[in-house]
Parts: sequence; C-alpha cells; structure tokens
Amino acid sequence: MDLSEINFAVLVASLIVASTPLVLAALGELIVEKSGVLNLGVEGMMIIGAVAGFIVGVETGSAYIGMIAAAVAGALLSLLFAFIILIMQANQVASGLALTIFGLGIAALMGHPYTGIKSPQISTISIPILSEIPILGTMFFQHDLIVYLSLISVLTIWYFLTRMRAGLILRSVGEDHDVAHSLGYRVITIRFLAIVFGGAMAGVGGGYLSLFRVPQWTEGMTAGAGWIALALVVFSGWRPFRLLIGAYIFGGITILQLNLQAIGVNINIAVLSMAPYLATILALVVISMSRFRGNRGAPGCLGRSFVKTI
Amino acid sequence: MFKLIPRENVSPVLSLLGPLFSIGFTMFVGGILFYFLGVDPFAAIKMIFWDPLMSETFSTYSIPQIFIKGAPLILIALGLSVGFKANVWNIGAEGQYIMGAIFGASFALSLYPLESFFIFPTMVLMGILGGSLWSMIPALLKVKFNVNEILVSLMLVYVAEQLLALASLGFLRNPDGAGFPGSRNLSLYSSASNSELIMGTGIHLGVLLSLLMVVFFYVLLFRHSLGFKIKLLGNSPKASGFSGDNPNKLIFLCLTLSGSLAGLAGIMEVAGPAGQINIDFNVGYGFTAIIVAFLGRLNPIGIFFAGIVMALTYVGGELTQFMLNLPAAAIQVFQGMLLFFLLSFDLFVHYKIKLKGKK
Repeated sequence: MDLSEINFAVLVASLIVASTPLVLAALGELIVEKSGVLNLGVEGMMIIGAVAGFIVGVETGSAYIGMIAAAVAGALLSLLFAFIILIMQANQVASGLALTIFGLGIAALMGHPYTGIKSPQISTISIPILSEIPILGTMFFQHDLIVYLSLISVLTIWYFLTRMRAGLILRSVGEDHDVAHSLGYRVITIRFLAIVFGGAMAGVGGGYLSLFRVPQWTEGMTAGAGWIALALVVFSGWRPFRLLIGAYIFGGITILQLNLQAIGVNINIAVLSMAPYLATILALVVISMSRFRGNRGAPGCLGRSFVKTI
Repeated sequence: MFKLIPRENVSPVLSLLGPLFSIGFTMFVGGILFYFLGVDPFAAIKMIFWDPLMSETFSTYSIPQIFIKGAPLILIALGLSVGFKANVWNIGAEGQYIMGAIFGASFALSLYPLESFFIFPTMVLMGILGGSLWSMIPALLKVKFNVNEILVSLMLVYVAEQLLALASLGFLRNPDGAGFPGSRNLSLYSSASNSELIMGTGIHLGVLLSLLMVVFFYVLLFRHSLGFKIKLLGNSPKASGFSGDNPNKLIFLCLTLSGSLAGLAGIMEVAGPAGQINIDFNVGYGFTAIIVAFLGRLNPIGIFFAGIVMALTYVGGELTQFMLNLPAAAIQVFQGMLLFFLLSFDLFVHYKIKLKGKK
C-alpha cells in the first residue's frame, strides 16, 4: 500500500463528480420539503432517472438527451406521488416508501435488456485559462456540463428561496399551509409544482449516475444515494450552500474509501464500503445534537396533509 | 369539483373493502403491465393467485413455500405495524433481520460440533438480541438526540448488508467449504437446525411463532393499556403527553420490539429454509413487510391475511418467472402498485366526498 499513489487534485475532481448526483437530488428534495412535503421516494425517482436516462442516452447516442429523459422520467414518477398525497390525502411517509419500492421495480424491469452496455461518450468542458491553473484547474475547471449546472442550481435555488417573492410564497406554504391558504395562495398547486421539480432533479441526479459517473446500468445502482440525499437535506438545515458542502463531504468519503480499496489498503472492503452510510448517521447525530438549541430549519408543516376546509 | 368531509368514525366496511379493492385494481393494472411485457395477463394473474394453491402440479411445492415466505413477512410486519401506529417509522427491518441471523448463527457455529439441547433456544434468543440491538441504534439516537429514525434505520440496512458479506466471506465462512463463500449449513447441524415440524409441509417453528405473535399483538393492541398508549401517541402526541405517558419510552419500545421480531424472523430463516449465512441471504422481506403491514391495515389479524397474500405473490411470481418468462422485477412492480392503491383508497375510509353545489 502506498498513500502517495493517490493524487490529491484528481481526488478532489473525482469527489466533485461523485457528489454531483447527491447535490442534484438533494436540491430537488430541499424545494419539496420547503413546500411542506416529505417525499421519501427520492431513491425511486433517482433510479428511474438513471434507467430512463441510460436507455434514451444509448438509443439516441447523446448523453445530454439522456439527461433530459432522466428529468422527465423522474418528474413523471413524482406525479404519481403528488396525486396520492395531494389529492388522495395519503400518508406521505408511506407513499414515499411506496414510490421507492415501485421505482426500483420499474427500473429493474426497464433496464434489464441494457445491462452491460456502454453509455455514449461525453466530453468534459475545460474552462479556458482557469483550467490551466496547476492543481486547482484539475480540481475544479475540467468537468462535464452537468457539474457546472449543479453548481449554478445551488446558486439559483439559494437566490430563489431567499431573494424572490415566489420563494417566499413557497416557504410560507411549507411553514403554515392554513395561513398561506387563507392569504389566497394555492397550496395544492404550489406543492404540486415543488414535487414535480423535486422529481425532475432526482431524475437528473440518477441520470448523472448512469450516464456520467459510473457510466453503466446495473440493477439497484443508486445503492442508497437517494436516502443519503434525504439525509443531506436534514444535515444542511434546509440551506442550499450547506447542502453543497455536505454533499462534497459525503462524496469525499465515498471517493476516499474507493481509492483506499483500489490501492489495497489493509482494511476489509466490506468495512470500507460501510463508511458512507456510517458517516451519514454520524452527520445526522452531530447536526441533531447542535440543533437542540432551537435553531431548527425544518418547515413547520413538513409531512402534514393539507385539507381544504374553507 | 368535490369537497372532502372528514368522517367522525372510520368506516369499518370501507376499511375492510380497501385492501380487497386494492388487490383487484392491482390485478387489473398489473394485467395491463403483463400484457405489455408480452405475457398473457389472464394466465399470469391466475398463476400468481390461483395456481400456487389449487393447481395439482404446483401446489405440493408451493403451499409449503407460502408458509416459509409468509412467516417472516408476518413476524416483521407485526413489529413494524406497532411502530407505524405510533408514528415511529422503522424502515430498516431488513438490516435487523440480517443481524438476527448473523448473531444467532455466530453463536451456534461457535459451538459446532457440540450437540446439546440448550443450543437451539439460546441461538433463537441471540437472534432476537441481534435484531433488537440493531434497532436500538436508531431508537437511542431518536430518544437521546432526536435523530430521524427513518434515515438511521435505513442506513443501517446497508451497513448490515456489508456485515453479511464480511461474515459469509470471512469470520463465518465454512472452513470445509473449499473456499466458497457462505457459512456451514445450520440445517445439517442438528442442535441448531430449525427443521420442519411436519415433513413436507414447510411448517417450521417460525411459522408457529408467527401465528402465536398474531394473537400476542392482538391482545397487546386491543386488550392491553400499552396498546392504547401506543395508538394515542400516534393519533395525538399532545394528549399522550397530558395523560402522563413518556413518549421516549414508547418510541424506544416500538423500535426495539420491531427489531426483535425482525431478528427472530432472521434466525428462523437462517437455521431453517435458508440454512446458511451467505451473501444473498436477505431477499427483501424487511421491505415487503412494510407493504404487508399496510395491506393488513396495521391490524394483527389483517397482517396475518396480508402476509399470506404477499407470500402468494412471491411464490406465484416465481412460477410466472419459470413458466411464462415474466421478469422477476415485474412482481416487485406489482407489489409496489398494491401499496399505492392501498394508500390512495384510505381517502374513502377517512373522508366522505361530496360534489360541490350540493348541500
């Protein structure tokens, strides 16, 4: 074993790639939760995005068309969730679980003929001048389009939530749907839009996994990434920038353990593979402990059904 | 368009009809899905729901299989349902099931080849302990630091799966197994074997225990004050607090109870039908049990029937796989669909629907 075999700049670059699906899916869920809805189906929407993106990517030969398909697929699946929790008033926790079980099944069904196929080639976009900076250039400025888009999304969503009127309305619906309703906001419509946005983002996150990161389709390939994305939202205290930092920490742990496996460090592979999941639990504990001082970012109506009474 | 009026009392008729309608709808939509997969929908539905029980060619194999697959589903779902009633969401039963199996099997295999009467009961207790310890992690984190139990219990499934790999490739690997992964076969170790009680029926101790637990949980939920406290915590946490109940104690109890049962299911499976600890030991009972709990309306007797129906879809699903070439994942879709219909149908149980304009 030789730790010097690990190139730090490449490590950072690959941790950014590893974190991007998490960033995308978690940003979507952040918006959903800010509107007061808890969608535990992120894993299901991600895997549907992964499989749909991969299929369309392979058939059209373009990874970017694949990514659009991934977004559409994730959004379509989320429609189902939106319908049963907003119209049929079903329990959100149970419905989210149903979405995950259903999504994993559909994805396995659709993806079966595509196992082992290579995905279309993608090119990285080197940002002129910046990418030539030694070390930093390799780390940050030689990525594919989606990585840059994920960073732009963080900014956009931060701006939307904190600086725009629409973001304020979304938050007020999540904070107290009865008050928002009495002020004349359309709670159901706003939540519907938020859920569909969350579905599209989770789909894109999944598509990034199968088309860019891995890039291949294997059954159950999300391996809990959707759940880690859910944990990230809690970890971030419902703030976009902390979400990004959190995602990069998790990505870092994943990449580090993969690298340690690759150079044959003397720790069992199974133990290393546990690391991201244990880290998630640890992060949740730390954040919940510090959150005891009343500084909770969770929306007031998170997970509660809205019934129009007036 | 329409308006929802909350019912004062949940309609018992609709509450019973819900699961039946959902199964009907799932058959219908599932049939359409099967049609698009190039399989005759009528043959497939018949093969899933009818042939395992009634067909002469299949039933000798499949009826025992229904007991074997139904028992862990019922055991796990019973435990989960109590938590769900209290709004405590243990969705990591799959991990607790694995840990029960690893704990129990490790104990028994450490004594191999000693033959003694005490091994089997202690092994079962160790299995229960394994499951409950694994569920105590989310339980303690929840009551001490208010950490979300859904995420922690789920993360621990992935950790348990890695431990399972570690066990079957490492510390529990059969030393006489020519290097193949997997432990010694517990069913060949007579002091630890959970063998069939009546040959050829598939009925092992776990099946009997699952029936016993149905009765136990019925008494707990409907005849004991603890059951009332649990339901109160779920329906109205405030009222629960006013009546002097300690919510943390109840949350802890709900989680460890479900973990213990998942552990019990795990040890029964590994010492019986599965036989050994191996990488592919867990097949998703812990997740399917969530559907079973809802299909049974979180009621022990309902869960009993729901467990049988779900076991039927597993066994029938295997038949359609062999006979009609239906992909295995189609059954998972089928099960997921069932949960959707069930949850949607709850609307009619809890609300009356009135068209607008009519008073």
